[in-house]
Amino acid sequence: MKHTLLTLTATVAIGAMAANAEEVRVYNWSDYIDEELLTKFEEETGIDLIYDVFDSNEVLETKMLAGGSGYDVVVPTGSFLARQISAGAFQKLDFSKLPNEQNMWDKIKARTANYDPGNAYSINYMWGTTGLGVNVGKVKEVLGDDAPVDSLALIFDPANMEKLASCGVHFLDAPDEMIPAALKYIGENPNSMDADVIAKAEPVLMGVRPYVQKFHSSEYINALANGDICVAFGWSGDILQARDRADEADNGVEIAYFAPKEGALMWFDQMAIPIDAPNPEGAHTFLNFIMDAENMAAASNYVYYANGNLASQEFLEEDVIGDPSIYPSAETVENLYTKDGYPPKVQRKATRMWTKIKSGT
Amino acid sequence: MRRLILIAVPYIWLLALFLVPFIIVLKIALSDAWLAIPPYVPTLDISAGWAGFKDFLSGLDFENFIFLTEDDLYWKAYLSSLKIAAISTLFTLLVGYPIAYGMAKAPDEWRPTLLMLVILPFWTSFLIRVYSWMGILSQEGYLNQTLMSLGLISEPLIILNTNAAVYIGIVYTYLPFMILPIYSALEKLDASLIEAAEDLGCSRLSAFWLVTIPLSKQGIIAGCFLVFIPTIGEFVIPSLLGGSQTLMIGKVLWEEFFSNRDWPVASAVAVILLLILVIPIILFQRNEQKQREANE
Repeated sequence: MKHTLLTLTATVAIGAMAANAEEVRVYNWSDYIDEELLTKFEEETGIDLIYDVFDSNEVLETKMLAGGSGYDVVVPTGSFLARQISAGAFQKLDFSKLPNEQNMWDKIKARTANYDPGNAYSINYMWGTTGLGVNVGKVKEVLGDDAPVDSLALIFDPANMEKLASCGVHFLDAPDEMIPAALKYIGENPNSMDADVIAKAEPVLMGVRPYVQKFHSSEYINALANGDICVAFGWSGDILQARDRADEADNGVEIAYFAPKEGALMWFDQMAIPIDAPNPEGAHTFLNFIMDAENMAAASNYVYYANGNLASQEFLEEDVIGDPSIYPSAETVENLYTKDGYPPKVQRKATRMWTKIKSGT
Repeated sequence: MRRLILIAVPYIWLLALFLVPFIIVLKIALSDAWLAIPPYVPTLDISAGWAGFKDFLSGLDFENFIFLTEDDLYWKAYLSSLKIAAISTLFTLLVGYPIAYGMAKAPDEWRPTLLMLVILPFWTSFLIRVYSWMGILSQEGYLNQTLMSLGLISEPLIILNTNAAVYIGIVYTYLPFMILPIYSALEKLDASLIEAAEDLGCSRLSAFWLVTIPLSKQGIIAGCFLVFIPTIGEFVIPSLLGGSQTLMIGKVLWEEFFSNRDWPVASAVAVILLLILVIPIILFQRNEQKQREANE
């Protein structure tokens, strides 16, 4: 009897402890952080960190709009953030709990204010461009030495794609990324919200559709690194991660990232706190931890994306801060464009067009 | 009184696990998409009482169902799902029947082990088993490596991200659902009936056709329904193993829900899917009923 009682007491004590231990739940993009930072956060703050990942803004947005996601920190891209703010999905940040906010970069804040007026709801985590991941050796083998590796013509000119099909091409499964690129290629406004202009992207994408092996938003990292595919249209840092994985594997695969010379989409991933976050206090602690200059530098050094933290730049490795495909020069930035979220009716048209392109129906 | 409770239990079960969820989905299907949490209007405001309920009802309409008839994507996806489900059911039967037959013919002491082997894969997560097929079927995968090292092919076969991979995935996943009911039908089969058929001049093959198959018919029908019904709405297998040309209603539903954030249209797609499934489910129930009566 005494024994049973003892076990019972112990169980109750453990239960109470579990209830008291503070935890923060973070929902971030896949392959998007140095995991040592997660351990460091737990050690420094004593808060349990539960870290989940996703690979599409759509999945995140559905969770946000359903409510009760249980997450304390989420990371939507700017155009999606703007829509979720107007749906009332986020809470205003309490900057008295975010002293490290002074580290943030004015230039990036000016741009993100476009999605989050006054930067009241979010802080920038990373930003980057969408462009071409190229297995240079294989592409030159297929298309010759003067292959247009830094041009949208590489993936939107059927003559090139027909040849590239033999070594494999992946596109992002994200109409919000692919339609603007196709519009840019034919000289239209990539940020157009006009259904008639958006419709012009369809023949461009349809023309190269037969030569696309897969539409997917995260598999291309490994596929590029293993040499399974020779071209991917994807996110800058992901492609640079593929480059590094190939280097580490020493498998003779050489990957390079090019922001298309016609112009590339510039996007901003923002950390925000859901309106119904179970632990907003802990969420602020996490945001402040991330905005620490050294922590942010460690994250960028690991994932090869630029961040919106000016103070972190002195801690960045030379192959990050010095790489123009990560921190583009001022003149390249001139050539970058941004995109706003589609309104619902236009979104439906864009998604429908995307389904038609992918499935042929 | 006891009798009443006995009758009530299945109805409460049906009400709680089928009717209530269905009404919730139907309610969303009749509303309109909206940028809010949750992303549709109207929402039922219970605090406003009867007036609130009337307001709520007047906000509902069949617009989303009309929308589904205007775009050929939806009926093409339903048809294509039915086709994929029918073909995979056939293949599952072709693979499953011989296995069930072999199990039923095996010596008594082996049977529990064989049964165990059929059930064993369920102990691993379904998702992990589908992922492992990606490793087997990919261009650099085990299948291509083996075939190439044997010199049977010189170029890797492209199987992953095609419909062929979807069929392989479905047949693999649903095979136990086909094997178990057929096995249970064959196990009960009286061996003396086959002997009698052979004594009366049947060859082994015609005895199989004329005696074994008809007597295991109930098992075949049950197995086919158990594979066919869940396959129509299958989402995980086509999205992981299939390519972008694989059109299935589960994927269309996902897209409505996630890409368009249009819960009402997604719900309308789900309601129609359910109505399509009601027909085979009723047929399945009747078959079960008949079998029970035959056994009594």
